[in-house]
Amino acid sequence: MTHVNAIEARNTIKAFGQGDAAVRALDDVSVTIRQGEFFTLLGPSGCGKTTLLRLIAGFEMPSSGMILIDGAEVTNLPPNRRPVNTVFQSYALFPHLTVAENVGFALKMQGRPKAEITETAARMLALVKLEHLAGRKVAQLSGGQQQRVALARALAPQPKVLLLDEPLSALDLKLRKEMQVELKRLQMETGITFVFVTHDQEEALTMSDRIGVMSAGKLQQVGSPRDIYTRPVNRFVASFIGETNFLPVTPSQGGVKLGCGAVVVAEGEGSTLTIRPEQMRLVAAGEPGTLPAQVENLVYFGTDTHLNLRLPDGELLTARVQSPPSGDAGFAAGQAIGVAFLPGAARLIRD
Amino acid sequence: MAERRFDIARLPGFATIAIAAFVVLYVPIFTLVAFSFNGGNSIAVWSGFSLRWYTDAWANEAVKAATIRSLVIASSAAILATTVATMAAIGTTRRRAFKGQTLIYVAINQPLMVPEIVTAVALMIVFGIVKQATGYQGLGYLILAHAAFCVPFAYLPIRARLEGMDLSLETAAADLYATPWQCFRHVTLPLLGPGIIAGAMLAFVISLDDVVITEFVKSGGQDTLPTYMLGQMRRAITPEVNAISTLLLMLTVVLLTAFFLLTRKKA
Repeated sequence: MTHVNAIEARNTIKAFGQGDAAVRALDDVSVTIRQGEFFTLLGPSGCGKTTLLRLIAGFEMPSSGMILIDGAEVTNLPPNRRPVNTVFQSYALFPHLTVAENVGFALKMQGRPKAEITETAARMLALVKLEHLAGRKVAQLSGGQQQRVALARALAPQPKVLLLDEPLSALDLKLRKEMQVELKRLQMETGITFVFVTHDQEEALTMSDRIGVMSAGKLQQVGSPRDIYTRPVNRFVASFIGETNFLPVTPSQGGVKLGCGAVVVAEGEGSTLTIRPEQMRLVAAGEPGTLPAQVENLVYFGTDTHLNLRLPDGELLTARVQSPPSGDAGFAAGQAIGVAFLPGAARLIRD
Repeated sequence: MAERRFDIARLPGFATIAIAAFVVLYVPIFTLVAFSFNGGNSIAVWSGFSLRWYTDAWANEAVKAATIRSLVIASSAAILATTVATMAAIGTTRRRAFKGQTLIYVAINQPLMVPEIVTAVALMIVFGIVKQATGYQGLGYLILAHAAFCVPFAYLPIRARLEGMDLSLETAAADLYATPWQCFRHVTLPLLGPGIIAGAMLAFVISLDDVVITEFVKSGGQDTLPTYMLGQMRRAITPEVNAISTLLLMLTVVLLTAFFLLTRKKA
């Protein structure tokens, strides 16, 4: 087991276009991905996550900065000389080859003996449970099956790192959930470092060891799913991952002061308070230590019910309560209630 | 009454024009084919069914020699033109747009625009000089001349195929450790196959029926099938010419059908 990092990007900048028209798809991004981890690059489209992946794969060269794979600099190496493989969004399976030939492609290019190629292809197809389709042409496969072939093909040469470019976005919901489990299993079984690109925050939260949140060509925050969800560093991260409430605050003795005059305790620094909808307690109006609020309306979501609350200064606050067996959350529009933030739930962030 | 959608087939005169066009296009061809089976010596007066002109043509040594020459020239020219066209197509589609790209397209497609007779005269003059300097009199000149004007016909289907190809396949090959050459050999070329075959067949057909350039470039005793037929026209015309034309037509139809089957979009 080596102790170096699987991937290291140092101050990478990627600009497209010339002069004043140049656009920075990546703006000074540095990130370290550890051996054997499931690392997700998460962000909206155009945030630069795919560009970063393509720089690691070698499909693009950075305008400046450095890329290291397994401790070795690869910044200007072509893709065929980097120990990483990619699962493409479009799968990019070779239509003129069979499933087994697709999976064995990399080993054939490396000039490995025929017996080894056949054996590895069979083993990889067994890993993704497609051994019965080895002789088919890829056009005869369903989307989910093509996805598995693409995975087997990329894993066959045992890369140091597997790069996955939104591989699940073309699948329907049910298949996507299945493949999420499948991907986690494959990563555990092979021990290969996975770098996964997605715009789906739920996918990122459920699958990753660590997440790098990107926006506008910059890496906003890197951390475990819990870190990112519970301690977002800025407004973008807080709003992109899950739902949250933002309230403007001013510094005050013993905490921060909300617009309605109430003083609450909050961790962190900044002039905006964030509170997740599920991290509040709704109690009877007038209970000491609570914020007075009025229920504007209720939205029933099945597992839970969302309440839109109006604070005395006019600010809106969304709370979420779990639906009881009867389905009736026990609140009515217009009702006056008290809101308490769970301890440690309120956090301050910079905009 | 339901309102009818605009339908060009309902315009006045549509049927008349269509029928006239079909008559002009196909009646001569049907006539030519019909009289190739004429028992008599005339290409205009019918005197009973016979296959004699086919057997005559088959027995005619000059026809045989011209046919073999035509096939040798057409295959060599098609191979040469397709090789050049494949390289040109890759060169013009597999790199970023560059200055003068339009000029390159024009240069490659030059034979489609320059009047054939001009090319023919030009080639005759240049090859005349080369013949004198080298003493070489063989079929090489005809093959070279045919290859040159066949390039654009081979180039267009190959380029169309390359442009329609999913570029991520080549990226994937590179990602899977294929060197640029391996990528070409194992991914681009096999996927380009139908385009290359289509281009080669088109080039073959174009070469096969060329008259003008061949007539100017050929040395003595180098008649191809079309120039042989042209020569026959100057003497007594018999349905033998019809028979040869019919066979040539059949070969062309077979090749062009194969061409369309290869280039049509997959469902």
